[in-house]
Amino acid sequence: MDDEDDEELQRALADDIISASEDEGGSDDERKHCKLLEAISSLGGKKRKKLTERSEASIQVSEFTVNAEGEGDKIHLSDLIGTLDKTPSALIKTKKQLKNLQHNQSTLETPLTRKETEKIQREVAFEKTSKEVSRWQSVVLQNQKAEQLVFPLNQEPSGPKRIEQVVAGWKAQTPLEQEIFSLLRMNKQPLHDPVLTPTEEASLRAMSLEEAKIRRAELQKTRVLQSYYEAKAKRGKRIKSKKYHRIQKKVMRKEYLKQFDEMVKTDPAAALEELKKMELSRMKERMSLKHQNSGKWAKSKAIMAKYDDGARKAMQKQLEVNKDLTQKLVIPADEDEEDEEESAETLPDFVNDVEPILDQVNPWMRGKLSTEPMMEESNRLHPPVWPREVGKPGEGRDDQEEDEEQMEETEEESLLRGFEERRKLRQTEDVKVSDDEEAGLSNFTSLFHGLVNHMEPPADQPKAGPGLGQGESPALLEEGLVRVRTLEDVELLSQDISASDTALLTTRDLGTEETDTQSATQQADKKRKKMIDPNEVLTKEAKVIEMPLAPTAVEDVEDKEEQRVIIKEAFAGDDVISDFLKDKRKQEEAGRPKVIDLTLPGWGEWGGLGLQPSRSKRKRFRVKVAPPPPRQDQKLPNIIIAEKRDSSIAAHQVCQLPFPFENPIQFERTIRSPVGRTWNTQNTVQKITAPKVVTQLGAIIEPIAREDLIKDIRQAVTGPSINLESDQGPQKKRRSQCSNGGYKSTLS
Amino acid sequence: KTTRGMLSDSRVFDACENRKSKRRKKQSPTDFRLSRLRRDSSGTSRSNWKINTMIMKTNNSIYLCRQSFFPSRNSCSPVQFRNSSFIHIHAMKVKVLSRNPDDYVRETKLDIQRVPRNYDPSLHPFEVPREYTRALNATKLERVFAKPFLASLDGHRDGVNCMAKHPKSLSTMLSGSCDGEVVWNLTKRECVRTLQAHEGFVRGMVVRFCGTSFFTVGDDKTIKQWKMETPGYGEEEEPLNTILGKSVFTSIDHHQKEGVFVTCGQQVDIWDEQRSSPIRSFSWGVDSFSCVRFNPVETELLASCASDRSIVLYDMREATPLKKVIMNMRSNTLCWNPMEAYNFTCSNEDYNLYTYDMRYLDKPFTVHMDHVSAVLDVDYSPTGKEFVSASFDKTIRIFPKDSGHSREVYHTKRMQHVISIKWSSDNKYILSASDEMNIRLWKANASEKLGLLAPREKAAVNYSQKLKEKFQHHPQIRRISRHRHLPKSIYSQSKELRVMKEARRRKERNVRKHSKPGSMPVVTEKEKHVVTVVK
Repeated sequence: MDDEDDEELQRALADDIISASEDEGGSDDERKHCKLLEAISSLGGKKRKKLTERSEASIQVSEFTVNAEGEGDKIHLSDLIGTLDKTPSALIKTKKQLKNLQHNQSTLETPLTRKETEKIQREVAFEKTSKEVSRWQSVVLQNQKAEQLVFPLNQEPSGPKRIEQVVAGWKAQTPLEQEIFSLLRMNKQPLHDPVLTPTEEASLRAMSLEEAKIRRAELQKTRVLQSYYEAKAKRGKRIKSKKYHRIQKKVMRKEYLKQFDEMVKTDPAAALEELKKMELSRMKERMSLKHQNSGKWAKSKAIMAKYDDGARKAMQKQLEVNKDLTQKLVIPADEDEEDEEESAETLPDFVNDVEPILDQVNPWMRGKLSTEPMMEESNRLHPPVWPREVGKPGEGRDDQEEDEEQMEETEEESLLRGFEERRKLRQTEDVKVSDDEEAGLSNFTSLFHGLVNHMEPPADQPKAGPGLGQGESPALLEEGLVRVRTLEDVELLSQDISASDTALLTTRDLGTEETDTQSATQQADKKRKKMIDPNEVLTKEAKVIEMPLAPTAVEDVEDKEEQRVIIKEAFAGDDVISDFLKDKRKQEEAGRPKVIDLTLPGWGEWGGLGLQPSRSKRKRFRVKVAPPPPRQDQKLPNIIIAEKRDSSIAAHQVCQLPFPFENPIQFERTIRSPVGRTWNTQNTVQKITAPKVVTQLGAIIEPIAREDLIKDIRQAVTGPSINLESDQGPQKKRRSQCSNGGYKSTLS
Repeated sequence: KTTRGMLSDSRVFDACENRKSKRRKKQSPTDFRLSRLRRDSSGTSRSNWKINTMIMKTNNSIYLCRQSFFPSRNSCSPVQFRNSSFIHIHAMKVKVLSRNPDDYVRETKLDIQRVPRNYDPSLHPFEVPREYTRALNATKLERVFAKPFLASLDGHRDGVNCMAKHPKSLSTMLSGSCDGEVVWNLTKRECVRTLQAHEGFVRGMVVRFCGTSFFTVGDDKTIKQWKMETPGYGEEEEPLNTILGKSVFTSIDHHQKEGVFVTCGQQVDIWDEQRSSPIRSFSWGVDSFSCVRFNPVETELLASCASDRSIVLYDMREATPLKKVIMNMRSNTLCWNPMEAYNFTCSNEDYNLYTYDMRYLDKPFTVHMDHVSAVLDVDYSPTGKEFVSASFDKTIRIFPKDSGHSREVYHTKRMQHVISIKWSSDNKYILSASDEMNIRLWKANASEKLGLLAPREKAAVNYSQKLKEKFQHHPQIRRISRHRHLPKSIYSQSKELRVMKEARRRKERNVRKHSKPGSMPVVTEKEKHVVTVVK
């Protein structure tokens, strides 16, 4: 509203100025013209009384040499410094700013009312304070959870203080004293408060007694663990069994692989480093002859290999290791290319592995070849990772040159081998595909076939597809196709078939084969005499549950029959009457008096493990209880009247589960665990019965101070790690560093 | 010799060897003994062999034993044993009763006899019934020994209006009556000093944090600071400082660490001790305040109760109040929890006390009900676990800070409306000031034995306490431990209140039942008493 008013006012003012200037213009014509206009405007009905004004020269001529030129021109802010315009260039900047200011049309908003500002201020202040206060939350929670709180919270250590602490302002006077003190000062020993040196104080400040204890416990634990592991390692080392070591190595290798896999995900840099290590170990292996089957052991084995299967295997294993170690690592950068290459190259290698079946008699003759593809295959399945322990230092040999030569040789050999393999593959491929249905194919070969098939999708995939489908689908379909005709069949059905399914099935069956069902049910009734007849049990007509079924033609006549069947199905499993009878018999049995044996071992004779009290004693202390009054339900066959409840005891029993407990078992457990000295050791009793809040008579308890907050926060930060180490962490038990003497004496 | 002969020879030799070894085996015990004896007789230095050794022969096995089986101080050490060229022929298999004397021998005769105990649970049946009985007995004894009333300090000639604790001395206490005020010594239960502080009521008093002086406010619109020391002989009893205010001050409280105090009346004023005009004044559309308290933990925070049924929070450092919560009825006083910076409890005219978290004022987190008349004062225990309230219904009640009902109620025949209450700063006593000119001293824990306890006594107390806690849900124990005698008026009144409450609840339920679902939202007890929170 205000803005609009202002605008109108301005417009009116502008009009006035214009009219004034016209007046000043002075010519008669113009005046007449003006009058004419006025007359016209008055004709419009809008009568406007115009004030006659005298114009002044000051509008046009200003003493500041600033004027609005022309009619309706406003004075720009920059005009105000127009006079200065000619002289300095520095003012351009201000001029620009002024211009910007003028172009900026938006007006400043009116300030908020006092009420609103105060409200905002309050809100901000409240936010701030509540945030500040919230710092105490952890402390408060901690105190609530604390098993024991000893007030006052920050107690001074009791007991006699040192003289140095009590007496202040003592000065060295004699020359000897002064000399001593100068010495002390030189060595940075404390003078006035010669209890702690600065370093000691600093260390104290850094670590409280509790923390130190915790730390010590931690160190002890690690030391113990370390020694334990050392001992274990020593023991392991001393074991002579080669099998054990082999298995151990295998386990280690597996673990290492796992670790590496994880490392690849979590810490790629470290993984790269590991890779480098592997590369190094590979190089070393290639340089050495360690697993080349050229050692003494290998030669001896080679002789044995003809006759001994184990030796053969051992040789192969060694070769495998060699293969493992000399395998070139896959560099992740050009992974794709490698993959492609491999997929092209893999096939020939695989063919070799099918061969051994044919040539099982003497696989030794094939030496390296048979193991090679296995490894490669496994490499493809897992990332190529090599165990750490193989690349032990000291394995490398000095005669590197020889090794290099050998290395070249082996490389050539391997190349040649590769070519040959590829050639062989091309020959065998067709044979393989045709021999698909071979009976004793190992898992490995089947994998191979899969791969082969993968290589030739158009030819083999359709073949493999239906085979797989047949393998799986029968199980699914079978469930659907089984017809539930009799109750026995229903029982045979697994329980997890949902009710709707069975209903569906039964209805469908009924729809199609009515007579069958009837006969079957009759049979079932005959078979099971104990079966409950629903008509006997259920006096009320059961409500028919209508379910949206598939549109099957169910006739009305069949409804009743169906109902009956459904009820029978529902009660198929339970035999209520016999259950009831059993229950009753059980209760009667329980109510019957039993002989109470009160013999205590060890009274009047020897007692101990495995010793039975003498017969005479047992006889003496065996109490026969008089039979209880007859049961109330003795003559009522259909009723069980519970006689457990004893009103005299009930007055002492808890009837509702008290609040903090979630189930009766929990509550019973707390009640059952005894507290007293009769059942627990002294220390346990003290621990259990320690009061939650301990206050000292005559000690003033000050409100918790901010210093506590800082300390507690620091504790909370270090807390979790501490709690793991010791069961008496600071969070569990908040106690002052030195509690009062009396209490301590009872505790320890 | 032929090779055959050699062979036969070797066989013969083998046979001989076998026979020999057999013989040796048979003879060995006697041989051995002989050799031992021979050696002994030869007079070697190890003369104690023969004493400690003997050879026993049982069915086919030979035992070599030491005569003394029990390790005692004068028996020979294992090292000696080993050195004595003994040959253990067979594992020792003699069963004897043996005990470690460390288990039953006292170190000195002044020690208590050691009683070895077998903690095997099978040997101790009936542990639960036995403990239950103990718990029952402990509960009964607790009620028997519950005698909380300690002393009555009389000497005021008018109703006691306010009290103040001394922050440094437990035995000193100040009380202000409707005519003057008195300083008390609690251990002697006598008045130490009396001074006429104000004309008319002494509305509030507080001791400075250092304990050297105290402030009082009265109906005569003045704040006066007094020395704690009694003036010497011939000296005039004069205040250190007097500030004349514009209106009546109703309450005063002092900062925990600085020389700043706060008063309230028509507005809340914060004063510097050195100045005669307030350094800051807060008012928020209220004409009078009844109580103002500094937060003892976050020392810059304040809270006040105003006559417009509101509780207002302030921060001394801010220019404006923080927040205000308006309740159904007026709160008389409030008290901050000394261990939990953000919690405070206010005593209300509607017979209840409300514990608030100052960050969430929209509803109290606990409503403490039990009084049957307006609650006039409240004070926290210094441990922050409980608080005590004084009521117009002539009783004092102790509430756990997070429980809706009181754990204890104190009353005496002669105690009238309790106006002021304080919990002593060692957590052991409660002081109540009432209308009928008396100050009463109570035990905070009714059945607690005061004074030094022997360690065994302490252990017994702890044990019985634990038992009571363990069996607290059992009906008999609960019945006994909860039973309190109440004056007839209060009893009938509380009964009446219960009936009224039930009726109201029933009515509400019925109305809800017959109205459109959702139109009558369920309002919890906590939400009921708060009108609004003003930001």
